[in-house]
Amino acid sequence: MNFLAAIGRVVLRFLTQLGKFTLFTLTAVSHCVRPPIFPRLIGRQMIDIGFYSLPVVGLTAIFSGMVLALQSYTGFSRFNAESAIANVVVLSLTRELGPVLAGLMVAGRIGASMAAEIGTMRVTEQIDALTTLSTNPYKYLIAPRLIAGLLMLPLLVLVADIIGVFGGYIVAVYKLGFNPNVYLANTMDFLEPLDVISGLVKAAVFGFIIALMGCYNGFNSKGGAQGVGAATTNAVVSSSILILVFNYMITELFFSA
Amino acid sequence: MSQSPKIHLKDIQKSFGPKDVLNGINLDVATGESVVVIGGSGTGKSVLLKCILGILTADSGTVAVDGTDVTKIEANDRDDINKKFGMLFQGGALFDSITVWENIAFGLIQGNNMKRDDAKELALETLTKVGLSKDVGRLTPSELSGGMQKRVGLARAIAGSPEIVFFDEPTTGLDPIMADVINDLIVTCVKDQGITALSITHDMASARKIGDRIAMLYHGELIWIGAADDVDQSGNPYVDQFVHGRADGPIQMELRR
Repeated sequence: MNFLAAIGRVVLRFLTQLGKFTLFTLTAVSHCVRPPIFPRLIGRQMIDIGFYSLPVVGLTAIFSGMVLALQSYTGFSRFNAESAIANVVVLSLTRELGPVLAGLMVAGRIGASMAAEIGTMRVTEQIDALTTLSTNPYKYLIAPRLIAGLLMLPLLVLVADIIGVFGGYIVAVYKLGFNPNVYLANTMDFLEPLDVISGLVKAAVFGFIIALMGCYNGFNSKGGAQGVGAATTNAVVSSSILILVFNYMITELFFSA
Repeated sequence: MSQSPKIHLKDIQKSFGPKDVLNGINLDVATGESVVVIGGSGTGKSVLLKCILGILTADSGTVAVDGTDVTKIEANDRDDINKKFGMLFQGGALFDSITVWENIAFGLIQGNNMKRDDAKELALETLTKVGLSKDVGRLTPSELSGGMQKRVGLARAIAGSPEIVFFDEPTTGLDPIMADVINDLIVTCVKDQGITALSITHDMASARKIGDRIAMLYHGELIWIGAADDVDQSGNPYVDQFVHGRADGPIQMELRR
């Protein structure tokens, strides 16, 4: 009987959390589309998410492109299929590695920072202070972050795709001795708009997930420093897992046929 | 009391899980009156304030402001009611990402749609009312001492010319001299502007100085309400023990042995 009660408690707790999360998401999204919108706050978040994440995303992309070219060469040279390297690099980057790696890097950088900032505001009563100053916390804190995440991740991924392909080009041309013109021609010939578009759609979804999980965990943090720490960890872990899950689901949606 | 009370609390109940925090609170605060609620730590004083402010929702009961039951109003009307309120939080709850003057002007800009320049001028003027120079306006909250943060919090609370101000432990964490300075400022601001004030504290010196009436909260109920001058002759053993800070008496601290 105790065992059943324990299962019941777990299920109830899960459903409570699910309901709480759903309500939070719906409220936050409704504030994203209802005026007033705060362009200044959205702009600040866009700079924070987009501009300041460029170095880490760029470095990740360039080394991913380089190692991809190197590893593909090791494998493909055994079958005399070196000409497919450019194709593998560009497709892997635009369809999968660009959005996923950028998403994971931004989840670590931005998701953690959002959860920590909003969590600290929660435990120091700054969010309560917003309410007493006739300012809706969803509109002021959450909506700008969601909108910025949704808009900036695709831009970051587009840049990451270009830098990643450039990384593959460097290794192919300067280390493996490929003809630069042929490599670029191979890259462009096999690339289709859907490859890039699917990556950008993924990026938009990942950006929304990162901002949502960062805000949700921060907004609901409790206690002091320990609570904020837990919120930060939960934000990064949950958004990373959701990125991988949604990556599969979107891939299935675009390319399963 | 011929006119209707500014704040009318009737049978307020609030529980967190199995714990009843407020258990039938009844209190009227007249216009221009200053009422102080005293009580030990964890007796629900802050919860009472948050129920009035709408940060927490009471499980049952009536919270009426100027005769309007604010527990039954829409979100937009809540914003209008909140414009009547000012709040000094226990820890200041200043927004640490913006400067001091922006903190004070926050409610004016976001809540009242005042122009930024006008709000800045008013914020700096309010800063001088709480005994700080206009230069302090340029600093960020982290550059201020505890006493200065309380003063800035007070300036933010009164900047929008509220009709009602709530003070949550206004002197906690301050040395006795700074505590008295804050008490004087509260008395001056409240009396000069004819503001209705509801404060919570366990600092008896503060309660005596800023309150016209004092109410004691114990086990979720107001067990005594009377004039501030009568608190030493209340005839209530609980109030007597609390006022004189004695370990022996009917109030037993919940200690783990």
